[in-house]
Amino acid sequence: MLWAASLALFAPLLGAILNGVFGHPFREKAHWPAVIAVGISMLASWWILGRVGFEPVVLDLYTWIPVANFVVPFGFYIDSLTAVMMGVVTTVSFLVHVYSIGYMHGDPGYRRYFAYLNLFVFSMLLLVLANNYALLFVGWEAVGLCSYLLIGFWYEKKSASDAGKKAFIVNRIGDAGFLLGIFTLFATFGSVRYDTVFQMVASNPHLYQGALVAATLFLFLGAVGKSAQFPLYVWLPDAMEGPTPVSALIHAATMVTAGVYMVARSHLLYSEVPQVGQLVASVGAFTALFAATMAMVNDDIKRVLAYSTISQLGYMFVAVGLGAYTAGIFHLYTHAFFKGLLFLAAGSVMHATHGELNMQKMGGFFRKMPHTAWTFLIGALALSGLPPLAGFFSKDEIIKHAYVTGHTFIWAVAVLTALLTAFYMFRLIFLVFFGKPRDAEIYAHLHESPPVMTVPLWILAAASVGAGWVGIGEEHSVFHRFLETALGEFHLVEWTVHRPAGVGLIALSVGVALLGILLAYSLYLLRKPDPALLARRAGFLYTLLKRKYYVDEIYNLFVVGTLRVTAKVLFWGVDRALVDGTVNGTGWTLAATGSVFRRWSSGFLRSYLLWILIGANFLVWFLLRSGGGH
Amino acid sequence: MNPTLYLLLSLLLFGLGAAGVVLRRNTLFMLLNLELMMNAVGLALVAASLAGLLEGQLIVLMVLAVAAAEVAIGIGILVSMVRLKDSPLVDLWNREEP
Repeated sequence: MLWAASLALFAPLLGAILNGVFGHPFREKAHWPAVIAVGISMLASWWILGRVGFEPVVLDLYTWIPVANFVVPFGFYIDSLTAVMMGVVTTVSFLVHVYSIGYMHGDPGYRRYFAYLNLFVFSMLLLVLANNYALLFVGWEAVGLCSYLLIGFWYEKKSASDAGKKAFIVNRIGDAGFLLGIFTLFATFGSVRYDTVFQMVASNPHLYQGALVAATLFLFLGAVGKSAQFPLYVWLPDAMEGPTPVSALIHAATMVTAGVYMVARSHLLYSEVPQVGQLVASVGAFTALFAATMAMVNDDIKRVLAYSTISQLGYMFVAVGLGAYTAGIFHLYTHAFFKGLLFLAAGSVMHATHGELNMQKMGGFFRKMPHTAWTFLIGALALSGLPPLAGFFSKDEIIKHAYVTGHTFIWAVAVLTALLTAFYMFRLIFLVFFGKPRDAEIYAHLHESPPVMTVPLWILAAASVGAGWVGIGEEHSVFHRFLETALGEFHLVEWTVHRPAGVGLIALSVGVALLGILLAYSLYLLRKPDPALLARRAGFLYTLLKRKYYVDEIYNLFVVGTLRVTAKVLFWGVDRALVDGTVNGTGWTLAATGSVFRRWSSGFLRSYLLWILIGANFLVWFLLRSGGGH
Repeated sequence: MNPTLYLLLSLLLFGLGAAGVVLRRNTLFMLLNLELMMNAVGLALVAASLAGLLEGQLIVLMVLAVAAAEVAIGIGILVSMVRLKDSPLVDLWNREEP
């Protein structure tokens, strides 16, 4: 187990070092070390997935920080949750790596790209494998760094480097909270190890109520930043400036789900404080609806998918907030496949259109790129939650859980979001793949992508269809029983109301998905009613959505503006006036003194003699006055 | 005997010598004035022995010996500098001066 985990973790690091440090001889062949490294990692993860037992395996490699009683080991915590996360991360990573060979072909930064991508896989596995919160935080920050590097991969583009900085800075707010959470845990339990903390909580849950509320809230703030929840979601749509495979891997399938993983990992803490869980679920539900509405009107193919990701992450937080940790992880797992697929297929479209992102310039692509179109359609159906595709099982489980536990309002929001999800996904499909071509120039140059890109698409499409089947049967399913060992099924909290859930509930969620598809069909294919006319009718509401609720503008005005003014005051008041003033003032004083006394060193011997004479006379006068030395 | 008059004479000579050193530009004359100052001090020391202090006379003898040595070196430097700079004027001996 130790060897498999080490192999899975360090193979990508080795790949990153090979490409990043010694990679010059690889150049055009940079994908070989990268793909092989991730392949090894994937096989090792699968092996762990097959071998993981009932008890968590806690391994310490060495002590990383031994300072008095603050001891942080470098070690692994392997249970079924870890294994599932590793499997998802490495599998999607492997497919994205393969796909990137075709997508990034001929890019001047080819080698750098694969080095970053491998480094990301290493960081993500470190985050998943860590056996304490401090090491988790190392992985947490390292994936943030890789995200920053890859968003700004085409750094010569101003918008890309700005987006990278935005992602990094917004995440800083969340990470500050995360750090405070770790400090709170250490102050309360005297350790940041999972096993110690969990044991102490389990043995005496009521003793730590106050500290747990603080710690879970702080940790959740970190999750809000990393997993792009309201109000810190603003970086994710901009992160689409990076290469599309990166958006698929980091900003859809893996890194952004780190927050969900963290909450599920800390489920023993979260189930002790249901009030915090309520907050988590409410934030998730609000974000799900909020992001879905913005996705409805956006014309940028990747940004629609980005808002969709934010929205789906909201679903996951609804699940983990309401205590359905397995359902949350289940949705994370299926979402990784179909959202990764959707992004990669969108990348295939961009590859064919030479980077065109505006859906209004597309249309009728189905005939020219059938593989991309079919796989995209499968991904969209899975995301919309139609049976028997993967998204149906996972999303329905969350919606049902909200209903069963008596959270009617959250349930209603989730159902409404499901309607919007189907609508915006099929709006995208009808605009891009069906109808008449709206830009003859782009349409004429269309071509299907090479097999190195379409094969990963089909594999992911197969996963998007079949991945959900392990969850059939809910509590009694393979997936639930597998994760039961880690997530301890049914930490349902006291306020749970058990409402019976019938077949009607499933029919409703399928019904709203179909309704959304129909709506999109009539609006964007039949043009009845014409969407442009509808937009004009909606007036302010449409503008509000189109301008993304003016959130960026509000942040710019209040947060960025305030910081800018503060920075200016500090710059001119403290740095320039005080610090520079002191340093330069010292210099000026010495220079002024020097320019006065310089005149004495004239070089004229006789003037020196005169001064000696004056001095001698003064001395004699002084000695005589004070009594001649006696 | 009262040494006051001798001391006054010594003071006068010392003042004349000091003024000469500072005011003259010709190095040779500066050296001469330096000698004058030294001898004024010597006169003061000898005069002091009138009051019964014999050590003064002893010091004067040593000062004379030192002065002789100093003049030998001083004149040597002066002669070589005059050859180098073509002038006995001390203000022209500055390196930076043209």
